[in-house]
Amino acid sequence: MSAEAPRPATPMARQILEHRSLLSRARALPGEARFVLAVLTLGALVTGAGIGFLVVTGQLDGRWYDIRDLGNATAHFRDWTQRQGIDSSVPYLVTGLLGGIGILSLVGGWLVIGVWAERRLIAKFQIRQGPNRVGPFGLLQPLADAVKLLQKEVLIPIGADKLLFFLPPILIFIPAMLGWGPVPWAPKMSYADLNVGVVYTIAISSLGVLAVFLAGWSSNNHYALLGAMRTVAMMVSYEIPISISLLAVVLFTGSLQLSDIVAWQAQHYIWMIVLLPFGAFTFLFASTAEINRTPNDIGEAESEIVAGFHTEYSGMKAGLFLAVELGNALLVGAMMSTFFLGGYSLFGLEEWVPGYLIMGAKTFLVYFGFVWLRATLPRFRLDQLMAFAWKFLIPLSIIQLLFVAVESMLIVQSGLPGIVTIGGSVIINAGLTVIGVRAWANAIGYSPKEMASPPIMTNGVGGLRAAEQIRAAS
Amino acid sequence: MIEGLSVTLTHYLIVGAVIFGFGTVIALSKRNAVAVLMGVELMLNAVNLTLVAFSRFSSAFPQGEEPLAGHVFVVFVLTVAAAEAAVALAMAVLVYRQRETVDLDRINLLHG
Amino acid sequence: MESPGIILAFWVLSAITVAGCAMVLVAKNLVHALVFLVLAFLGMAGLFLTLSADFIAVAQVLIYAGSIAVLMVFAIMLTPLAARDNANSLYLLPALASGLGIAAIVSFVALVTPWGELQGDALAQNDPPTTVAIIGDLLLGRYVLAFEVASILLFFALLGAIVLVQERGSRESQ
Repeated sequence: MSAEAPRPATPMARQILEHRSLLSRARALPGEARFVLAVLTLGALVTGAGIGFLVVTGQLDGRWYDIRDLGNATAHFRDWTQRQGIDSSVPYLVTGLLGGIGILSLVGGWLVIGVWAERRLIAKFQIRQGPNRVGPFGLLQPLADAVKLLQKEVLIPIGADKLLFFLPPILIFIPAMLGWGPVPWAPKMSYADLNVGVVYTIAISSLGVLAVFLAGWSSNNHYALLGAMRTVAMMVSYEIPISISLLAVVLFTGSLQLSDIVAWQAQHYIWMIVLLPFGAFTFLFASTAEINRTPNDIGEAESEIVAGFHTEYSGMKAGLFLAVELGNALLVGAMMSTFFLGGYSLFGLEEWVPGYLIMGAKTFLVYFGFVWLRATLPRFRLDQLMAFAWKFLIPLSIIQLLFVAVESMLIVQSGLPGIVTIGGSVIINAGLTVIGVRAWANAIGYSPKEMASPPIMTNGVGGLRAAEQIRAAS
Repeated sequence: MIEGLSVTLTHYLIVGAVIFGFGTVIALSKRNAVAVLMGVELMLNAVNLTLVAFSRFSSAFPQGEEPLAGHVFVVFVLTVAAAEAAVALAMAVLVYRQRETVDLDRINLLHG
Repeated sequence: MESPGIILAFWVLSAITVAGCAMVLVAKNLVHALVFLVLAFLGMAGLFLTLSADFIAVAQVLIYAGSIAVLMVFAIMLTPLAARDNANSLYLLPALASGLGIAAIVSFVALVTPWGELQGDALAQNDPPTTVAIIGDLLLGRYVLAFEVASILLFFALLGAIVLVQERGSRESQ
């Protein structure tokens, strides 16, 4: 027995053993399929070269069929209606309706796909399969879930406040959708490019709190009320570091308009996350608290308070809360990529690739980070989270804001070349992040304890080391 | 039909007056301290509406002279409203700790 | 006013706001009153938008609907044994009379005063493209003293709120 390869301990181990790379899978394809693939690749290359020629010669810029920026088509449509003598409210209504449908279908489609994607991803992180029975790759799982939820009886607990129990699943959707308004998808492509975009974002995100509170309060359930009050307390606390870190961004860019913020980053060839590492971390961490995702999901901590504020909701109402959570995660991804990751710009690539594709890629990258965090980190304790916001994030954000104020004045008014001032700011902020975090942690008396032993992967049952051993042995 | 209607400064002032009246009634008649605070906030809101309306419609400040002074005033009112709400609600919680009620009719130690 | 959309928006939003205020007055439950109060705040933010005051509208949502309403939530939740009803006191009739009187007097003044307001195209021209920059300039320029006083006021309100609700002896017990 010992001379042979060890028997795969789990189905997962067997799967790892039998895993083949993409290349070997492609080699295994029949000849016809390979021919079709080659033709498709060639066609894509030729089309790409044609588009590239148009782009280089500048024949595409600003035409209505310039799909790198759907704002062009809108602008042409507006001009055309003006020439036809149609009232100016008509193009606004039409484009507003179309854009609204676009955003709704994007987010709605994501709510369907996202359930599946997140469960599959988490399963990959935990070395298991994930949903794979319903449809190809389990793709129809969300549909099956939805049908199941719709069939379930909608219960209203005794003593619940009927009206207020009915409202929150609907109310919580409104800010989740409104938040998509000012997101810039390309230089001219934005549903509502508000002058006050940053303040609008913060204001909209603060509205979800009330729906959560109403859900918890109207349920007439101790767990629900506990979860709601935890969530409200946490969301109120974490709004402050979010606002301060966004203020630092606004100080650099000098505009509250989201498209201006992205344009500033594109123009200076720098991402805010490089310029403001601590601000980016604050925004990311506080956002996970704001949208109740796992490292910070104390509002619906299953192991402590059943399901938090939506304990008493059943059927599709509970499904709506879960869907909003997914949509919010994507929205925070879009905000993070707008504020800190350069939005639709990618160092000149946005001339070639449609900006909204780059923006979408960054959004999903941040979302993937959220899933990673969820799969990796355990839940924090309530008092730890509150202390972290009030004793750590807020003071350090304010200190950072003071430095950023000076730096932004230097960038605008010193007359030095941008590479000096912005580069200096990068170095100062990076140093400030490292030194400030350490010094502040010492000052408030936090000292990390040595772990008794490094975490060990278990042998034999699963884990990466087991997989390596199995692979090496076979 | 709708073009015949026109919204003028007077419309906004009347809406502001109605909201201020509601705020007054709520602030004067409610027994719960939190409800009284709601009335006060409504009154402040009505004042904000009239301030912004005056700032928009007024011809007293020609362009470039002093635009949006009303808006700045509203910002200060918002500040004061936030501070007032924080302190007043803290007082309500404090009173509750002493007397186990926030009912203004029963907070009558000085009644004699 | 310029477009029929704004006129329609004004009527709808003022109806929502006034209805919200009325419901705050007549709601039986304190939490219901809070919900209608938030509705009134949001309607008011919409009214600010019809006055092309974008920054004020967003600040209204942020401060009133976002912060003050949440403060009230906390006040309601931190007083668990207090009555949850939105009952009226004995002074309902005098309060109604004074409220009606104030509204009537102000409306009368608003109706009979010749305001000499801007109208039509002059109004549209008077609208700045963005209000934020102008408000910022005014706050840190002409009204900087008031700005500083407001910041000090906020600071002391923060301190006062903390000192007021700090439980005595909580330091020692920990």
